[in-house]
Order: sequence, then structure tokens, then C-alpha cells
Amino acid sequence: MVMMPKPNEEVIAKRGYLVQRLRQIIRDPEAVIDEEAGLRAFECDGLSAYRQLPMIAVLPETKEEVAEVLKFCASEGVNVVPRGAGTSLSGGALPLADGVLLGLGKFNRILEVDYNNRCAVVQPGVTNLAITDAVKSDGFYYAPDPSSQIACTIGGNIAENSGGVHCLKYGLTTNNVLGVEMVTMDGEIIRLGGKHLDAEGYDLLGVITGSEGLLGVITEVTVRLLRSPQHVTAQLIGFPSSEQAGDCVGRIIAAGIIPAGMEMMDKYAIHAAEEFCHAGYPLDVEALLIVELDGPEVEIAHNNSLIEKIAGDCGASVIKQSQSEEERLTFWAGRKAAFPAVGRISPDYMCMDGTIPRSQLPLVLKRMNELSNKYGLRVANVFHAGDGNLHPLILFDANIPGELEKCEQFGADILKLCVEVGGVLTGEHGVGIEKRDLMGEMFSEDDLKQQQRLKCAFDPEGRLNPGKVFPVLHRCAELGKMHVHNGKLPFPDIPRF
Amino acid sequence: MTVFDISSPDQIKDALDWAISEKQSLSISGNGSKESLGRPMEVAAELRLANLSGVRMYEPAELVMKAAAGSSFNEINAVLHENDQQLAFCPPDLGPLLGQGAGLGTLGGVFCSNLSGSQRIKMGAARDHLLGVNGFTGRAQAFQTGSRVMKNVTGYDLCKLVAGSYGTLAVCSEFTFKVLPKPEKLRTVLIFGQEPNAAVITMRDAMSSVHEVAAAAYLPEQIAGRTNIDYVSNANRAVTAILIDGNGPSVDFRLNALRSMFDAQGELEELHSKRSSELWKFVSDVGAYVEDQRRLVWRVSLPPSDAADYIFRLRQQIEDLEYFMDWAGGLLWLSLPEGLEDAGQGIVRSQIRNGGHATLIRASSDIRSRVEVFQPVDVVKARISEKIREGFDPYRILNPARMYSIG
Repeated sequence: MVMMPKPNEEVIAKRGYLVQRLRQIIRDPEAVIDEEAGLRAFECDGLSAYRQLPMIAVLPETKEEVAEVLKFCASEGVNVVPRGAGTSLSGGALPLADGVLLGLGKFNRILEVDYNNRCAVVQPGVTNLAITDAVKSDGFYYAPDPSSQIACTIGGNIAENSGGVHCLKYGLTTNNVLGVEMVTMDGEIIRLGGKHLDAEGYDLLGVITGSEGLLGVITEVTVRLLRSPQHVTAQLIGFPSSEQAGDCVGRIIAAGIIPAGMEMMDKYAIHAAEEFCHAGYPLDVEALLIVELDGPEVEIAHNNSLIEKIAGDCGASVIKQSQSEEERLTFWAGRKAAFPAVGRISPDYMCMDGTIPRSQLPLVLKRMNELSNKYGLRVANVFHAGDGNLHPLILFDANIPGELEKCEQFGADILKLCVEVGGVLTGEHGVGIEKRDLMGEMFSEDDLKQQQRLKCAFDPEGRLNPGKVFPVLHRCAELGKMHVHNGKLPFPDIPRF
Repeated sequence: MTVFDISSPDQIKDALDWAISEKQSLSISGNGSKESLGRPMEVAAELRLANLSGVRMYEPAELVMKAAAGSSFNEINAVLHENDQQLAFCPPDLGPLLGQGAGLGTLGGVFCSNLSGSQRIKMGAARDHLLGVNGFTGRAQAFQTGSRVMKNVTGYDLCKLVAGSYGTLAVCSEFTFKVLPKPEKLRTVLIFGQEPNAAVITMRDAMSSVHEVAAAAYLPEQIAGRTNIDYVSNANRAVTAILIDGNGPSVDFRLNALRSMFDAQGELEELHSKRSSELWKFVSDVGAYVEDQRRLVWRVSLPPSDAADYIFRLRQQIEDLEYFMDWAGGLLWLSLPEGLEDAGQGIVRSQIRNGGHATLIRASSDIRSRVEVFQPVDVVKARISEKIREGFDPYRILNPARMYSIG
């Protein structure tokens, strides 16, 4: 289990005073929550194996309230954990026993849709899907589509730099956000970007995106809107082996085709999904690709015929083209339900998230299989195949003593394997607490310190979301100097966990 | 002045160690093609990276390349060309605009200035294609960020910070970046004789259509006349240009669709692949302002729908203003007569009303030492930026004062 920083008893001791002061800052008295029943709603995010009641939860409604809360917390030495919808799969919104949980759910308005500049200005608590819903009747959409899009908020998407099945062609959150309004830990409100392109000065918007709530609290977002494609179709392509499927993915891209989405499932995931929602998946294959194309009909037809030829050359045993929008959605229904489908056949599962160079897929699958045998835990695989983003689902039973720990160890081994073959610890779910202690697998101590110096520029006291992302909490003063004398570490009392 | 001619990453570290111990500052450049972009600097030595070149890794099927910072675009493009691939943000070659030769640009120069060509509106900026960076901070410490895969959210995205930092944070030795298939076919629809207002609406409609427009520009008559493409230069009218690219059948279909969409807007013409490439290179490289090197050149990014009004206001205050629009109106290239007080910065910047920024791309070194070359940022952002710099380059030895006079 991952350890969190030791709570500060002095802060906890003044909880009553903090609640009282926060109620003076926040207009709505019910928006400062200090009762256990109310706090229970915030005790975990999507990484539900970890739970912690926050000391206090605060639900502000305006950016001024956010600024006042942060300023007050900074002056009182209180840590703050920002939270959107709490769908993080890496524990990014896990509360702290000595911290204020800052919920942004009340920031739920779409402020402006500007078709002249093809963008929308929204509050951070608006869900990802709500943006598309607001503009789809006019033929537009917001491209990043994480699988939690019905619930996850755009503020959380910025924090995690969320992806989705279409990022191969349309990019991640960072490529689709034009601007934000943000409050710093000392309560200052700044705007980064806007309806124009590129930054003046340093690209702070670029580093805020994906910073996991460690640098500031987002209070407004301007996103890029795209025109919905004219036509969309999907192909199911089944293969007798994962190697052939992986080869096919590489050859499609090498042929100059960038599909809107290209997903892969292994046999275990195919069977679970098919049983769950009858998507029409072939059951006699080892690997299945869903290849989605969008654009004018002539382009799709042209590319489809190329893909069919490539798939055939790679040994595909099944090729099925969606014949209607309904059928296309059915193809996707199975993939999108893969997680709950696997959840049905196992008491618990843990979803991992690493990215690898695609060419390493056969090796990684083989090694993962060996690990599965070693740990005695089954694993089902779904991948964003186009960009090499793996989502192994490890099946376990938390009621069996020691099995969660075994599962975590298995997951850590998978992620180390991803790094070993030239990939990364996380492609879209974030580091949070889940992968925090693995950061050293990918970065040297110096690189991690360099990243933390960025944190120091925004939040020198380390009040925002401490205990997440970085395995060692360095003091900014120490990071500034960085000299080790006579082999002795400076600041021997800094928290290392 | 001492010149460090760098041909290996170790030499970067040696030069930085020297600068720190001697308390001397360095200018960082590739081939020096954008040397005059930014504030003039007084430095003790120059770090030249043009000889730190070469492709380190290229996997066409994975759409990824890693190459040394001093590699020239000619070198990179030649390798990509063999596999029908390209840098999709179409890096501009600003060498000639800045009074230098063509084809000198290096990877480091383009990524560190985050300059992108006309296709930026569809394909993203240089920063969107940058996946990983290796280099040294101003502490003379090796540093690495990002990776070689497309999807990566492990730790802070320091690649974004390096892109556009003009060598003020780190000396980069290698870049890992995304490459994309070269489109099979290009077509440009030309619409003749539009006023700026109408052109902005046309470009908006093109961008809002389902036809996946790759670039959209508006060249007033005077600018159009400077291209070497007959259809454009002989038009004797303003030209609105809309680019589409992709595979053959798709491009043909979209070309016809766009032509019928804009049929009522005036006379239309189309350019095929070769001429399209030439026209968009002329637009991206700001070819229109190469000849008269005395004039001042500004680059203004603003919401596309503001473009025509902005130009209207500027023309009321600046006689002899030349301009053209790229990025469907979101990027304006202005050419102003020399001798204007403050190089026109007061007018150019104060007329940006709904967000945006202006950069003085070409001016004498005297002017660049007096006028803010980069858009001044607000006090909080300036403070955070300085602290970021403190973290990377505490001794302020890397391109000091190239971007801002503070620090």
C-alpha cells in the first residue's frame, strides 16, 4: 500500500476554528462540510482501494471564493486537494486527513459558445460530454473523449491531461485547450491563453495541463471545438494472434492512414465484453481491432479498402465493416463496456495504464503472461493500439487477504516493464498516488527534482495536493541549493515515503 | 567573443560548467538563422549547436523521430521524405525574412521558438508535436523530460515549457518528436477580390465546414502580387486561399464541395499540389516581407474573428501598413515603415482587445533593445515565469534578457 504524508496534528487540532472561518468566506453555509456523513461522499476517487475522509470539504461557487479559500488555507498552513467529479483512476483526488477538499462541482455552467472562433468557454465542473452535448446540434464537438466522459469534468481533464479513444488523430486535452483562468495557492487569479493560439512568454498553460492539481485550481476553461465529421464507420478485424494484430496496426499507420480511433482487445476482454453486451464480436480470435475512420464517404471507402488489404496480408481471420451508425455504436459498446464486463466476472479488478512503443507489443504481452502465471492473477487487456497505450485489467479478490497487495505488485511490474521497453508509467490516467512510488523507474533523482522546481514556482510551500505524483517531498529551499556536503543529505527531516 | 562549437552533449556540460564558474553568460544558437529574433544580449560567449546534428532514432511506423538539436530541417526533411512523412506543423523558415540565407533553420531553433506554419490551425503547433527533450539546465545538470511515445502524462509536461522558451531555460541536445504521413495530394481554393471582413467570414465558414481545411489565409492585393505563383500574383486583387490535403478521392470531393460553397463569393481558381506547396511556403515563411529589409515586422496572434476589425483600427493609425492573415485570421503578419516611434508597439498592442499577443519579429538591434520584443505578461505570470527560470537557470547564464528585460 502507498503511504501518505503524516497528517499535521496541529492543523487537525484547529479544525473547529478553520470551519468557522471558512463559513465566513463561503456564502452558502452548507457548502462547508464538516460532518462525517457529508464528508463520506468525498472519501475516495476512482481508485477506490484508497479511502480517507477529508478534514473539511468546501464547495465554492465563485472564483473569488476559491481565491479566498486558498489564501486562507495558505495563511493557516493547511493543505488543499482540488476535486472535480472524483473519477481519477490514480488517486489524484484522494483527500488528506489534515487537508481541505476543494470540490468544484458547483462550477457547472457553460459560459459561452463562440462558433466564430470555434471554441467554448466553460466552468471547470462541466462534464466532458456536456460540452459536446451543448454544441452537437450545431454540428460541433469537443474531441478528447475519456471513457468516463459522462461523469468526468473538464477541470479534471485539464489536471490529468485526459485522452480517450480518439487522441491518435485529434490529440489529448493539452492539444485541445486554448485557455484557462486559474487561482494560485496564494489566491491570485490569472488567465493563461484565451481564444487565440499559442502563449506569450512561457507556455504555462502547457504545464498546468496534466499537472494533477499540484500547481493551481482551474476556475474557467476555453476549449477548441471541432466540426463533427461527415461520416464515421468502424471495422472489426479479428486475428489468430496478438502479434498479427499489432503488426496490422503498424502497417496501417505506415501506409499513411491515421484512423480516428484504433483499439485492440485480447481474447479475455473480447469474451467478457461479448457476454456482457453482445456486440457481435468474433469469439474464435486471439485479438480484435476496432478501427474507426471518419471523413467524407469517398475517403472512408478508399481507406477501408486499403485497410482490408493490409489486414488480409497480416492474416486477419475476420473483417467486418459497420453497415449503419447503430452497428458502429454496437461495435464500440463492447469496447466501452470492457471494464464493467470484466468487473462482472471478477470480484475486483485494477486497471493499469502504461504506454509502450507499439513495436514492443508482442514482447510486452508475452512478459505480461509470464507475470500473470507468477502472481496467479488473471489479466485482460484492452489497448489504445494506435498510440501504444495499454490498459491491462488485473483481476483479483480484495476479500482474500494479501490479494490486493499482490495485485499492486503485479501492476507495478507491468509498469516497470513498460518503462524498460522505452515506454512510460502512465498514458492518460495520471500518476496520482497509484504510480507515485514508481516515478524513480522513469526519472532520475535530478529529473524529479527539476520537475519539483516547477512546483516551487507556483506553490513554494507545497500546499496543493501534497503526497501525489512525487515520491519525495523536497523543500523548495533545498531544491534551490542542491549541494550534498560530505555525503550528508541536507534537511534530513524532510518527509520521504 | 568566445564561440563554443558544440558537437557532443558533453561539450555542452563543459561550456555550462565554465560559464557558471566564470560567472559568464552564454547565447545559445543553432545556425544563427533567428539570431536577430528577441532582445539583443550582451554575453561573454556563444554556444553554437549546428554541429550537434544527426537523426538518432526514426521509426516511421511509430510516427516518431529523435534527432540532435542542431540538425537542419533540410537534413530532417530529406530523411522523412524517403518515407513519405513530414513534420505536420510545417515549421517556417524565417531565415530570409530575418536577412539570412534559406534552409539554415535547425530543430532546436524551431522547437525553442515554438514557431509553426500555416497548417498549425489543423495540425497543432510545434509544441504539440514535441514528445521528449534531452539537454542541460543552467545548473549544468543533464535533464530529460517526456519520452518517445505519443500518450504520456507521467510528471509535468516540461516539453511545453521548453518549447517557446527561446533557450532561456535549458540547452537542448536532442528532441524526440511526432512525425506524420505526408498528404498524397494538396489543393488550394483561391477566392478573388474579397474585402478583409468578407474574407474572415469565408475563412470561418471554411474552418467550420466538414471539409477538414488544413490552412486558410488572406493576402491583400499588394501582398498577393509578391508571390511567384501566376494565379495569385497576376490576380490584381486580394486573394483568399483555402488549403485541403489528404488522399486523392477525398481531396477531389472536398475541393468540389468547397468550390460550390464559395461559388457566390466571387471568382474562384484552384492550385494543384506543387503550386499549393509554394504558396503556403510563401505564407508560412512570410515571403512577402523578405525584400525590403528595412521595414518592421510584427506577428500578432488574436481570436480569428477579431482580425478584420483589428486591421481596420490599425490602418486608421498607421499609414503605409502592410498586412496579411494566416490561421484563418488568427495570425496577422504586419509590416510597418521604419522610423515609427516605439516601432508601433503602442498601437499594435493596445488594439488587441479580446486576448492575444504581438511579437516584434524584425527590427534593428537598437529598436529591439528599447521596445519589448515579446508581449509583456501580467505581474503574476511574470513572477511565476521568473521563478520557473530560477529553477532552471539560477545563475541566468542562458540567453539572458533575450525574452524579457527582467531577471
